[in-house]
Amino acid sequence: MRITCPFCGERELGEFTYLGDAKPQRPAADAGEDAVYNYVYLRDNIAGVMSEHWYHGGGCRAWLKVTRNTLTHEISAVEAAAGAGAAKVGA
Amino acid sequence: MAGDQANRLTSGGLIDRSTALSFRFDGKNFLGFKGDTLASALVANGVKLVGRSFKYHRPRGILTAGSEEPNALVELRSGARREPNTKATTAELYEGLEAASQNRWPSLNFDVMSVNQLFSPIFVAGFYYKTFMWPAKFWEAIYEPAIRRAAGLGRAAGVSDPDHYDKAWAHCDVVIAGSGPAGLAAALAAGRSGARVILCEEDFVVGGRLLADGGAIDGLPAAEWVARAVAELAAMPDVRIMTRTSLFGVYDGGTYGAIERVNDHLPVPPEHQVRQRLWRIVAKRCVVAAGAIERPVVFAGNDTPGVMMASAMRSYINRYAATPARRIALFTNNEDGWRTAETAIAAGLQVAAVIDARPDVSPAHRSLASKGGFPVLHGSVSGVDGGKGGVRKISVSLTGGARAEVEADGLAVSGGWNPAVGLTSYHRGRPKWRDDIAAFVPDGAPPGMVAAGAANGAFGLGACLREGFEAGAAAARDVGRSGNIGSMPVADDEAFSITPLWHVAGKGKAFVDQQHDVTASDVELAQREGFQSVEHLKRYTTLGMATDQGKTSNVAGLAIMAAVSGKSIPETGTTIYRPPYVPVAIGAFAGHHRDENFHATRLTPSHHWAAEQGAVFVDTGLWKRAQWYPRAGEKDWLESVTREVKAVRNGVGFCDVSTLGKIDVHGPDAGAFLDRVYINAFSSLAVGKARYGLMLREDGIVYDDGTTSRLAEDHYFLTTTTAKAGLVMQHLEFCRQVLFPELDVQLTSVSDQWAQFSIAGPKTRDLLKEVVDPAEDLSNEGFPFMGAREVQLCGGLKARLFRISFSGEMAFEISVPARYGEAMARNLMIAGKPFGVTPYGTEALGVMRIEKGHVAGPELNGTTTAGDLGLGKMMSTKKDFIGRVMAGREALVAPNRQVVVGIKPTDKARRLRSGAHIIPKGETPGPENDQGYVTSVCFSPMLDQWIGLGLVERGRERIGEIVRAHDPLRSEDYDVELCNSVFYDPDGGRQRG
Repeated sequence: MRITCPFCGERELGEFTYLGDAKPQRPAADAGEDAVYNYVYLRDNIAGVMSEHWYHGGGCRAWLKVTRNTLTHEISAVEAAAGAGAAKVGA
Repeated sequence: MAGDQANRLTSGGLIDRSTALSFRFDGKNFLGFKGDTLASALVANGVKLVGRSFKYHRPRGILTAGSEEPNALVELRSGARREPNTKATTAELYEGLEAASQNRWPSLNFDVMSVNQLFSPIFVAGFYYKTFMWPAKFWEAIYEPAIRRAAGLGRAAGVSDPDHYDKAWAHCDVVIAGSGPAGLAAALAAGRSGARVILCEEDFVVGGRLLADGGAIDGLPAAEWVARAVAELAAMPDVRIMTRTSLFGVYDGGTYGAIERVNDHLPVPPEHQVRQRLWRIVAKRCVVAAGAIERPVVFAGNDTPGVMMASAMRSYINRYAATPARRIALFTNNEDGWRTAETAIAAGLQVAAVIDARPDVSPAHRSLASKGGFPVLHGSVSGVDGGKGGVRKISVSLTGGARAEVEADGLAVSGGWNPAVGLTSYHRGRPKWRDDIAAFVPDGAPPGMVAAGAANGAFGLGACLREGFEAGAAAARDVGRSGNIGSMPVADDEAFSITPLWHVAGKGKAFVDQQHDVTASDVELAQREGFQSVEHLKRYTTLGMATDQGKTSNVAGLAIMAAVSGKSIPETGTTIYRPPYVPVAIGAFAGHHRDENFHATRLTPSHHWAAEQGAVFVDTGLWKRAQWYPRAGEKDWLESVTREVKAVRNGVGFCDVSTLGKIDVHGPDAGAFLDRVYINAFSSLAVGKARYGLMLREDGIVYDDGTTSRLAEDHYFLTTTTAKAGLVMQHLEFCRQVLFPELDVQLTSVSDQWAQFSIAGPKTRDLLKEVVDPAEDLSNEGFPFMGAREVQLCGGLKARLFRISFSGEMAFEISVPARYGEAMARNLMIAGKPFGVTPYGTEALGVMRIEKGHVAGPELNGTTTAGDLGLGKMMSTKKDFIGRVMAGREALVAPNRQVVVGIKPTDKARRLRSGAHIIPKGETPGPENDQGYVTSVCFSPMLDQWIGLGLVERGRERIGEIVRAHDPLRSEDYDVELCNSVFYDPDGGRQRG
């Protein structure tokens, strides 16, 4: 598998580390235990297109949001995490 | 006849008669020529018997001339280079080649185990499952070893492979598998258009079937056209022709696996060269021009030496000028098979008869028969009379029911052609059946791949060239190459007609899978016993599971299954196709990553100095760390470690702790960021101070710990444990980039930039004064406990100094740029000489941390909470942090959790062992009474006894209680006392002093 890192270009799978589903958002500090429980443990396991977190540890150390079809391994989009690189949200 | 190449034609072939090569097979000397394979050289020398079969030990000969060979497997080379199960049909001949037949004893000619043939009625499919069921314990001890000795293939060398293997990457626009007419045409079209092309050919000569079957292309003899095409391709700077290279697999994203047999054609690879190279080829497009494999017909005695695929016979005669037989019978069900009769006549051999299963034979072939003076028999071969000496007589069932016999010493068989659908099917593709050619052809392919020529079911030469050229041109176009592709090579299309025929009924064993000795009756038995699905058929009978992966047997097997179960072939379907297409040595996958290069080795900055000191090193992850520094006269490690601990506690010692992960955290929001990743607060940490920090995972379990220092308002220096250095960096980057992108903070890994030494003991300050520049104030007021700041040493070298203590002694950690690490160690030794400075290793480090009750890896084990470690109070209630909410879950704060506590045997002379389970006094050891276990132990020089830490239920409430340490692994059971986990200097006065 090959992933096109927005910073480094197309790179081989071995440079990346998979984390998992990118959909769950970390709840606010006051969201309560149930919300955090869902965030930590509940994951969709889609046979099809998923948005996933991948880490380019063998390259620029950017966290990426990769849109991948889990059936075909086809990657349809790759974007850098909001805080990747030097960019700051709202800065 | 052996030894004289009596079966070599005097002219023709692609062999170099001026270069004779001597070789040995089963201890006998032979001669062959450059350009031979081992198989062709054996054919030229009249050797028909080359091996014994897997199960029945039947005599076997050479069936094919390529990588699909099921029978002619040999042990190639000797000693450490012995390679079992090597196909004689692909092994290139070299001077001095040594090969031995397999699976026979004492000799190929007289094989004791061939008695198995007499018992063959019981060796049916599922025999092992049915027979050796009981008693179960006999299986491992008796049945399996006995079976493995009797059945099997070659012997592994049994010693380390002396050769090197390499791994490499290549990138191109178009990769082409196969260099027959379709592959060459594809390469020409793609190359001319300007595409970057890699053409892989598993053979050592380019040309594919053209090498054996010739023909005319663009009005030129095939050989001449091939030479011209190769010359044209070789002149293109972006085209690479890789012979001896099999494209064996296709992986996601257009990555292809290929194995290049760089030096298999030499006795020993030249110095500094590898034997094989594993390629990962990244290509935007792939043209599979891998051709087709001729398939046998299953009939009684079809495994007799001398029965050979018709196309293989043409290969031996035309390409190698070696005649497998003098008087050849041909059994075919299709037009193509007749070419073998033409070849035999052209080579001056006798054709005994052509047995054609089709209702009609073309007038051209009829006239060939009458000119050649041989009969054309309509019918099928139903039996072969012969043995280890080869074929003698062939029984024929004529259409209409009559029988005939044909005397011949060789039988060429053509049951049609199976396109090589492997590569196109490796992504779970299922090939589709085509009635007109009675074969499976690719039905789609992985993204970017297309099949062309015979691999796509186009069997005519003209069609191969056309499909290949068009596929090459399309691939180049797809990747934006638009150069002039020139004219397409042209050749006539031969007619192809076939009447499907899979199995001819007859008396005697009729083999479907010759390598695994699976017969037609095994397939029928599998059907009767309910194993009808092809996947079940495969596993029950082991059809197609040998090293040839059923290249000559799978389709026949499923066709027979279809017939007996009353289904059509497409209804019956194929098994899943899986790579690799040809066997690939594990050594090639490993490449250079073996022995000491299995993984990278990381050396600490002071490694070479420590080695000079005679340090004993221990592997911790990728690191080599000094474990202790033995001195002359010390009888064991314990004596050395005890001396090192005492030297530190009474004087001064130092230890290289550079393996800790080190991260610089910069930015206006650095403090806020650390507040969120640690359970305790760091934004409140004063500049110039260090603090111990604990990180949780989001599920509330402890992740890592370490000290973090604030060097400036917007600059922290964070350390991690050695084990988690990489993972913590990844975790923090996740927090920074994904969870908290609004924070203005940057992380820099500086683990390799700083050499860090712990200097500990009451005389630390004396030593440091000799090292740091005089202006630095190291007094308790000027540099208090948990102070951290940049200093200068050795006359201006910038360093970082931290007054932190893992040992519990008055201690500093000092960081210098990594390139000064070794000099620093030497400098500390010189400067510390007056104070008796002692280098200490990880073992003494561990002893002192246990004496101080500091937790480490055995306690931070992925199941413990901050509370379990006695660090619950560090959890801030004033801020959110990773793991905060989940850490509050009921089970994680339950009062009966196993928590860290000190443990010491009541008998002071007793050795405590980690792993021992804690059982209350008077209770029976067992899971129901298991209250925890000993996690870390050491011999404490300060307490003069073994001590340890453990995780024990309600441990901190039970200080002073005597419990049992139960250790069934070592058959030990003894009393221990639960005690305060800080054994030494519990009020911490020494480190503050």
